[in-house]
Amino acid sequence: MIDFSNWDLLRNLLLATRWTIALSLTAFVGGALVGLLLTAMRLSGRSALQYVVRGYVELFQGTPLLMQLFLVFFGLSMLGIDISAWAAAAIALTCFTSAFLTEIWRGCIDTLPKGQWEASRCLGLSFTQTLTRVILPQAVRVALAPTIGFSVQVVKGTALASIIGFVELTKAGTMLNNATFEPFKIFAMVALIYFALCYPLSLASQKLEKKFNGAR
Amino acid sequence: MLNFSDLLPYTDLLLQGLGVTVLLTLYSTLGGVAIGTACAAGRHYGGKKTRWVIGSYVELIRNTPFIVQLFFIFFGLPAIGLKLTAWEAGLLAMLINLGAYSTEIIRAGLAATPKGQVEAARVLGLSSRQIFFRVILNPAFEKIYPALTSQCIIVMLGSAVVSQISVMDLTYAANLIQSRNFRSFEAYLVVAGMYLLLAILMRQVFEWVGRRVFRHRRTAA
Repeated sequence: MIDFSNWDLLRNLLLATRWTIALSLTAFVGGALVGLLLTAMRLSGRSALQYVVRGYVELFQGTPLLMQLFLVFFGLSMLGIDISAWAAAAIALTCFTSAFLTEIWRGCIDTLPKGQWEASRCLGLSFTQTLTRVILPQAVRVALAPTIGFSVQVVKGTALASIIGFVELTKAGTMLNNATFEPFKIFAMVALIYFALCYPLSLASQKLEKKFNGAR
Repeated sequence: MLNFSDLLPYTDLLLQGLGVTVLLTLYSTLGGVAIGTACAAGRHYGGKKTRWVIGSYVELIRNTPFIVQLFFIFFGLPAIGLKLTAWEAGLLAMLINLGAYSTEIIRAGLAATPKGQVEAARVLGLSSRQIFFRVILNPAFEKIYPALTSQCIIVMLGSAVVSQISVMDLTYAANLIQSRNFRSFEAYLVVAGMYLLLAILMRQVFEWVGRRVFRHRRTAA
């Protein structure tokens, strides 16, 4: 058995944390882009598109993230596409994130009075103009706090990528545990690193919520 | 290419797994909401120290992944002498997790009770116990019922992770099946479908219960 000092453990965990951060950022940015597309589809007024969006959201909110990961990982390789654990995790988490963000943003856009859409139409604004000039600037203010709040779920979700073999913080923790047999210490460290990543996001979300609630 | 007939011999295994998932969800929903109610009351009415302890518990759980909590309980606690079976560890992790989230949700409900109602109840001679359960808790639950029930569904979906410590839930059944017949995509697809149905069913049941429990209020309003 190799001896690991506490510093060795922490250093290795922090190195693996880079991958947790990279995966979180990829999933969040990808999820936000797909979510924007889905939100636009939902607002387009075409019922076929709205059904697709609703089905998509329902599907990803109604199944475990772990199943989504497995389905992407095993499904794509069954189609003959050789996919790495990183790519599978990034795709699955992007889908997961986009479904939740679409639902969050739906709530935010729905809080705006419908009359604004009608007023914009009367003034001769196109759909795109109404969306980008009238609705979005207001919706973004309302959406900021819950969106940042959801980013905590994304960071926590990346922990599941460890199960399909992607070496991020949680996987590094289990590997170090297998080498040192000090589960109490190692998983406590892992938990604290996640906490250090997530808590500032939670705080920011709470602060923003208070600020915008006060402003209204 | 897809071949679902290979799954048929494992129907029993899948149903057993489903049973375990349902049971875990049921226990953790009941226990988690009880923990949440107690902690929310503690955080709302307790002294500074109580509030701090409960606040730290809530934030610690809400800002760490469920799988790490699970590993800490299952692998970490035996190291300090607390040995748990996989089932116990899985259930404990779910209880602690839902307890923290429901504390936060229920607290929001408690905070939303207008002060005047409590004062009115006191004037009418209700005891503090009656005031808490009838005047504060009941309307609070009605307000936060949708948020609380969706959190229960989220915990059900999150329970898929307990398969990683060999609790024989639905996901464990899928893992076992695909390791035997190599039909991984089909197995996971079917199991994902079962989770989806379970989630939809849970929502229906919660809505039905909500309509029954809070009926008198709806008609009064």
